[in-house]
Amino acid sequence: MLDMLPIIKFESVDKFYGNFQALKDITISVNPGERMVICGPSGSGKSTLIRCINGLESHNSGRLTVDGVEVFEGSKEIIRLRQEIGMVFQQFNLFPHLTVLENLTIGPVKVRKIPKSEAEIMARKYLERVHIPEQAEKYPAELSGGQQQRVAIARSLCMESKILLFDEPTSALDPEMINEVLDVMVELADTGMTMVCVTHEMGFARKVADTMVFMDEGKIIEVAPPEKFFSKPDSDRCREFLEQILEH
Amino acid sequence: MKFSDSISLQGLPVRRPPPLNRFFSSTPVSIIIYCFIVSAILYSSFTGAQSMGYNWQWYQIPKYIYTYTEDGFQFGELMLGLWKTITLSFTAFILAMVIGLLVALLRLSGLLIGTKVAICFLEFVRNVPLLVLVYLFYYVLGPVFKYDRYTASILCLAVYHSALISEILRAGINAVAQGQWEAAKSIGMSKPQMYRYIILPQSIRFMLPPMTGEVVHMVKSSAIVSVIAVAELTTLGQNIISDTYMAFEIWFTIAIIYMIVILILSIGASQVEKRYTVTN
Repeated sequence: MLDMLPIIKFESVDKFYGNFQALKDITISVNPGERMVICGPSGSGKSTLIRCINGLESHNSGRLTVDGVEVFEGSKEIIRLRQEIGMVFQQFNLFPHLTVLENLTIGPVKVRKIPKSEAEIMARKYLERVHIPEQAEKYPAELSGGQQQRVAIARSLCMESKILLFDEPTSALDPEMINEVLDVMVELADTGMTMVCVTHEMGFARKVADTMVFMDEGKIIEVAPPEKFFSKPDSDRCREFLEQILEH
Repeated sequence: MKFSDSISLQGLPVRRPPPLNRFFSSTPVSIIIYCFIVSAILYSSFTGAQSMGYNWQWYQIPKYIYTYTEDGFQFGELMLGLWKTITLSFTAFILAMVIGLLVALLRLSGLLIGTKVAICFLEFVRNVPLLVLVYLFYYVLGPVFKYDRYTASILCLAVYHSALISEILRAGINAVAQGQWEAAKSIGMSKPQMYRYIILPQSIRFMLPPMTGEVVHMVKSSAIVSVIAVAELTTLGQNIISDTYMAFEIWFTIAIIYMIVILILSIGASQVEKRYTVTN
């Protein structure tokens, strides 16, 4: 099937921080429209993996292709490629000196060169989509954590990218705000967007994931569809991990 | 036993300072001591001047500040010098900002050669006395590149202060959270776009307070270009003295003029600092 060529493809990718190997021989691919959830203990390399996809981290060996373009350190293509990849961070990383609306439009206007009026219409549409159209004129500091993260999601949607990356989007949130963000993410998943998500929210993972990935010590230990992953994972390490986080 | 008036945070009575300390730190006594010291200094310099046979001519001074004749109001020489000092400092400051920004960006570029060039420049400028730099710019580079003394003074001050300014800029840029770079990158911005729309607007609040201090510093150090006879406040003062021998009056006046200008700037600077102090 031609249209099922993977949109993200890792082939034996290694990543070192000095002597520490953060990623060990990673080979995995994501198909267009696939929703992949990556979990694993902290320090297992899952954030590094996801940050390699848009070149925030560069890998040391192996091949990484995203949307048909090879990603490597110093690549000229990476800037164009990043427009196709939205990213949502644990710490939101909204631009504090810009209003919510400006946060959303600065990418489309300055990078994609879309007229400002058009970008604003689009921004308001996506704010509607994340259920905070009334906050457009406020500054990020005036919003709650959950609202800020939804603005961050809207910001990456405004780039109309093909792929959305989530790097622990709910880990910095107060418990009562986690659901409002997860709800938005579930709605997004329903639109058929390609999503790669690092999270410990297993309820969310069960609901949306096509593929579950478990990582430990820089290696991919288990790749399975959620039904199998949660009921009878192959590796003991993965079972232990699931038991620990599902206990509560 | 008599309890003292104040109680410390721990709930223990605070021991009152000994009476002698209390006597010396009371307001009226402090004022008297202050007046005594100031008048002692004034008196000794006055009598010192007197014993030198110095002829005080304060009445001569106002005409160097302004004159009022039938032609109307006119600024005196010292005011013209002050104006030159201000325009000189201002021009040099603008140029210093431009050079400073370039050096800071070179240093942050991540290119090995850029970083090295920037560091060489900084080390050179910081480790050469300003006076030597003035001579270098006027007597060496001036004839080579064929520019006059005014240009030499602007270039010299700009280069000297650009080193300090580039450090202020660099600190301000580094103070912006790493996540801001990542977010800007992830929406596909190029490096110039990141600086222009995301990083520099945020670093301004970190830079403004030290930068206003730098303006004050610039006005003060501009006096040094009098050694190459640029017609600013200090040079004009020297010229008047060589004509009239009123060294004491003119130097006092010049010191006071500088003090007034710099006090005004400092007050402005501290206002800016109050407004932009980073609270979070």
